[in-house]
Amino acid sequence: MEKKSMLNSSVDLDQFQVQKTNKFVKVLIYIGLVVWALIDLFPIYWMFTFSLKNNEEVYGMNVMGLPKQWLWSNYERAMTTGNMPLYFMNSIIVTVCAIALCLIAALMATYAITRIIWKGSQLMNSFFMLGITIPVHASVVPIFITLSRIHMVNSRIALIVPYAAFSLAMAILICTGFMNDIPKDLDEAAYIDGCNVWKTFVMIICPLMKPALATITIYTFLQCWNELMFANVFISKNALKTLPVGIQALSGQHTTDWGPIGAALVIATFPTLLAYVFMSKSIQESFIAGAVKG
Amino acid sequence: MICGLSQSSVRGTGKTAFLIHRKVTIGMKEKTFKKISIFLFLLPALLLFIGVLIYPIIMSVCYSFYDLRSVSTTGMQWCGLDNYKELFTSGSISFWRALGNSLLLAALSVFIQLPLALGLALMLGKGIKGERAYLSIYFLPVLISTVVIGQLWRKIYNPDYGILNAVLSLLGINNVMPSGGWLGNEASALWCVFIPTLWQYVGYHMLLMYAGVRSVSPELREAAKLDGATDAQVDWYVVIPVIKPIIKVSVIFAVTGSLKSFDLIYVLTNGGPYHATEVPSTLMINMLFLRNRYGMGSTIAVMLILLCFAFALLINWAFKEKDIYGKKEHVE
Repeated sequence: MEKKSMLNSSVDLDQFQVQKTNKFVKVLIYIGLVVWALIDLFPIYWMFTFSLKNNEEVYGMNVMGLPKQWLWSNYERAMTTGNMPLYFMNSIIVTVCAIALCLIAALMATYAITRIIWKGSQLMNSFFMLGITIPVHASVVPIFITLSRIHMVNSRIALIVPYAAFSLAMAILICTGFMNDIPKDLDEAAYIDGCNVWKTFVMIICPLMKPALATITIYTFLQCWNELMFANVFISKNALKTLPVGIQALSGQHTTDWGPIGAALVIATFPTLLAYVFMSKSIQESFIAGAVKG
Repeated sequence: MICGLSQSSVRGTGKTAFLIHRKVTIGMKEKTFKKISIFLFLLPALLLFIGVLIYPIIMSVCYSFYDLRSVSTTGMQWCGLDNYKELFTSGSISFWRALGNSLLLAALSVFIQLPLALGLALMLGKGIKGERAYLSIYFLPVLISTVVIGQLWRKIYNPDYGILNAVLSLLGINNVMPSGGWLGNEASALWCVFIPTLWQYVGYHMLLMYAGVRSVSPELREAAKLDGATDAQVDWYVVIPVIKPIIKVSVIFAVTGSLKSFDLIYVLTNGGPYHATEVPSTLMINMLFLRNRYGMGSTIAVMLILLCFAFALLINWAFKEKDIYGKKEHVE
């Protein structure tokens, strides 16, 4: 309390001996930050370079430098012999469907929880928030058994539905935050003008939720695009493999040929990098939001 | 404020008010319409949630009491706690080794990864030039698929052509690679699995802590500085106690994440060599694929959930005591 009052009453700050940051310490801080940045970037840089090299360069002639010849044919080979377009398309289909399903379910549920007044809405909210803490491991075995019994293993739905379900809690959390920011007057005005709940939801709330949808889309995209466990257990047919499983298969085939594998890794990472370049801030914020609540 | 006001006015129209109403009292017809609407709004989310999360968890617990060796559940045998007994005592399953490995990974995460992340966050939080650029670079590995990172690090560790050996020999360090290769040696494999984890997730914890560091009010820092505190003292006595809740979240994530770790280990070693990097998740997946033992797989899943839960509670409890202590110091 004393400290506060001291600041409030305008005392002459110079009469206190404020410790200035030491120059030497400052330099050390910069060195530390730069070193870690290099450690972070170097493996990624190396991945890019060896995806463009031939084996001779990778195997000793030129291990770390930029490729002498930019071998784009590695990418061609990853595309043709490595089935990358197939895996890529599968990943896109599964991810897009999962995101759509998750968005619809989350928007509707959040509307019912935050905009309609009824007993148990808070309880329902806590029930959904349970989902943030549930690990995927918990449901792999039973889902696999159920899917095998109804002959749904090796189908896209086997991935889409679980992905949507496991992203749902996070999506509802983000949606709730955004929806609480929309003034309730809007709903009231719409109601007075003769809209019922459904019309209000579709015509008033949904258009205003675009920023929330963007955040949820990014978050769900990252979850689905990179997911391995479900994809690995539920999908064994080559035609349905998503990128993580496909890359595993690919590296099994090309153990000695590094170029095409590097190219495949770069191709798989490319959409994520693209999204990150344009939306780094909102991506980081969505991760922070998830952690603080979870 | 406006939001709050309107909410109370809505509530004021009576318990049955459904948003705002032209009529204060609503008829039975509207009541049922409201009920049906709520139900329909919740239906998709509830179906997903119950079908994929709640029901399977309950079934996991059930299956763990059965000797289930095929996907058809018609002939499954009730075996009580036999699965649990076998899990804890069988040498061929080596659950204890897997659990020990993941606990070691958890300890390494908490005592190496988190201090590193905290250090980076504190340094970044001082408001230096290019703050956002550093932040974005550090967070980058978090977003890359773990499979990609696993494959990349397999190449880095490659005994013949890997970049690790190249870098080491550049630094004048030769012949330090253990026999069998970095990932093939029983003694080094677990460390070699930990390093990519560290590399990938430092950025994540850094981001959380950085958000906390930035939220420390400037007046608090100013006050400490006026009292003659050095930068290091401000960090230690002011910033760290304030961001303790975030550190707690990070510790919980690091520990439960290590217990659940799967992707990276599956790609790098799949638990080998000789169970040196086995963790409960790889054990569970191998139970399904290699041995067709679905009951045992469920048992491991149940143990995993219980352990995660227990550790989360334990960490919460451990931080509670320290919180009081921290506040005490603060008052002085």
